[in-house]
Amino acid sequence: MISESETDPSEVMCLSKILIELKGISKTYDNTPVIDELDLSIRENEFVTLLGPSGCGKTTILRIIGGFETPDKGSVYFDGVDITKLPPNKRQLNTVFQKYSLFTHMTVADNIAFGLRIRKKSDSYIKDKIKYALDLVNLPGYGDRYPDSLSGGQQQRIAIARAIVNEPKVLLLDEPLGALDLKLRQEMQYELIRLKNELGITFIYVTHDQEEALTMSDTIVVMNQGYIQQAGTPESIYNEPINAFVADFIGESNIYDGIMVRDRLVNIGGLDFECVDEGFGEGEPVDVVIRPEDVELGDPASGHTTGTVTSIIFKGVHYEIQVESAIGITFMVQTTQNFPVGSYVGINIIPDNFQIMHKPRSEAEEILNINDYQS
Amino acid sequence: MSRKKVQVLSIPYILWVIGFTVIPLLFVFAKASTNAEGDLTLEYLLAIFDPVHRKALLLSIALAFTTSLICVVISYPVALILKTSKFKNTKIIMFVMILPMWMNFILRILAIQLLISKNGVINHLLSMLNLPSLNIINTPAAIVVGMVYDYLPYMLLPVLNCVLAIPDDIIEAGKDLGAGRLRVFTRILLPLSLSGIGSGITMVFVPSMTEFVIANILGGGKIQLLGNVIEQEFSVSMNWNLGSGLSVALMVFVLITTFLFGHDSSGSNRNFVL
Repeated sequence: MISESETDPSEVMCLSKILIELKGISKTYDNTPVIDELDLSIRENEFVTLLGPSGCGKTTILRIIGGFETPDKGSVYFDGVDITKLPPNKRQLNTVFQKYSLFTHMTVADNIAFGLRIRKKSDSYIKDKIKYALDLVNLPGYGDRYPDSLSGGQQQRIAIARAIVNEPKVLLLDEPLGALDLKLRQEMQYELIRLKNELGITFIYVTHDQEEALTMSDTIVVMNQGYIQQAGTPESIYNEPINAFVADFIGESNIYDGIMVRDRLVNIGGLDFECVDEGFGEGEPVDVVIRPEDVELGDPASGHTTGTVTSIIFKGVHYEIQVESAIGITFMVQTTQNFPVGSYVGINIIPDNFQIMHKPRSEAEEILNINDYQS
Repeated sequence: MSRKKVQVLSIPYILWVIGFTVIPLLFVFAKASTNAEGDLTLEYLLAIFDPVHRKALLLSIALAFTTSLICVVISYPVALILKTSKFKNTKIIMFVMILPMWMNFILRILAIQLLISKNGVINHLLSMLNLPSLNIINTPAAIVVGMVYDYLPYMLLPVLNCVLAIPDDIIEAGKDLGAGRLRVFTRILLPLSLSGIGSGITMVFVPSMTEFVIANILGGGKIQLLGNVIEQEFSVSMNWNLGSGLSVALMVFVLITTFLFGHDSSGSNRNFVL
């Protein structure tokens, strides 16, 4: 299923050692299981994003790594040492909280110095570190201000500065950009990538924003209902989603019911399409994902099938077009060409751009652990 | 609503304040700065420095301070326990705390008198258990017990509100940065609670400073707080000039203490209370 042109993400990362390892983690709140038997390894100097809809357990995992929650079952290893029962103040990692969580009764400088003073650093060291951290987050000279006098973006940068002065091995970030507006969020994304490259520390980032995840991560871990759905590089997750959930969550997708005719041939809406996937049973019902940018519109005569444009929206970089096809399915298409509503068009999709996935055999299987798919 | 219409709504309050606060206060100032013949004098305003009055003032301050301190010591742990407990229905707790306030104030103090008097309920129980009896009735300690009982809700409510409003994630941020329990308490919880403690102290200290009814009932009329002295000047000695002079002096002390407790020691004035 994974095409050979893509590099396997685990091969890239195997140079650095595993820093954090979760083994068989389960957590239940009020008799509702949030995480069930979860395994996850995070390597040194990796930017890992836990991505999923709200309630998928991503924040719980972060809180378990941070020490704010204790798992009901399973263990957390840090650099090979079991830290499951270690309180947060004894862990070599720092957290940037969703709501910034600055100490409102202290100046920005005192906020940043908080961790350093606890570790009894010298005054001159602390002074240098405050200046270094404020420069790093582009807020020099803000040391004497109080957090309340800063904007949301500035407060968040102070929260990051407060965490990184302690030189943690791992920085945990819980939707840190969620409260910021789009422009500021994009700026902060670049700033975080820059910080990660400059500091060489491991980032574990939690978000429900797929674009944020694709922009910043080395590895994306897609989660749903407490289970890891897929883990891999942004490219592999986007191009080779393992199931319909991942395909739907990462980017916009056309997802269709199909039947595998034989290897390299799939039937959608009664029409056979050539694809590159093998190893499915003949006649097996499958989910077929086609990215909107992979649907080509053109002359009806040269189309594999045809259709009529029912709507067109200008999105800036491209047009988003709905095409009602002759085989009874609707394609969402992204293209830079303009096809007016009512146009009769030909539709072509090259075999590489069909992503064929096993259908879950039951409702429950849809949320099963990634390992169950592989076995 | 236009600004003018809104201003019209404040007329009843302004009339009330003028009629029942400003004018009476002017009378008090006038009485305090004149003698029986109506001549201007500083005699009564400075009468607070007479040894007898000074002693009463110092006792008032001492008892008010003790009362405030005991109220803080009782309230703060309750607030912390409620904050960390899983029982989140703080409204019920607050209701229970405020319940005694529904009873008449004099009745509550008379009940305390019955409890702690020489042949009262507590001593009766102690003697049944062959324990030494409690002899605090008619002492300053009895007055403190009465004032703590009476004024505790005024401390508890602001402290509880303030402590419960401290976000959990700020406490977690402290732990995350390496602070243990003690440091989280001294560097984060306590500084962030100061505004609540400050308003609590103001609301307990001020009525305690001016108290005279509790002192009369539980002090057996033997213990002279400044409030008792002033009350007697007005109702027994009929020396309204001296009573007014001492009242003004007491007001000055109350203002000073309010100012001292009202400021948050952290230096930012966002937590200024009252």
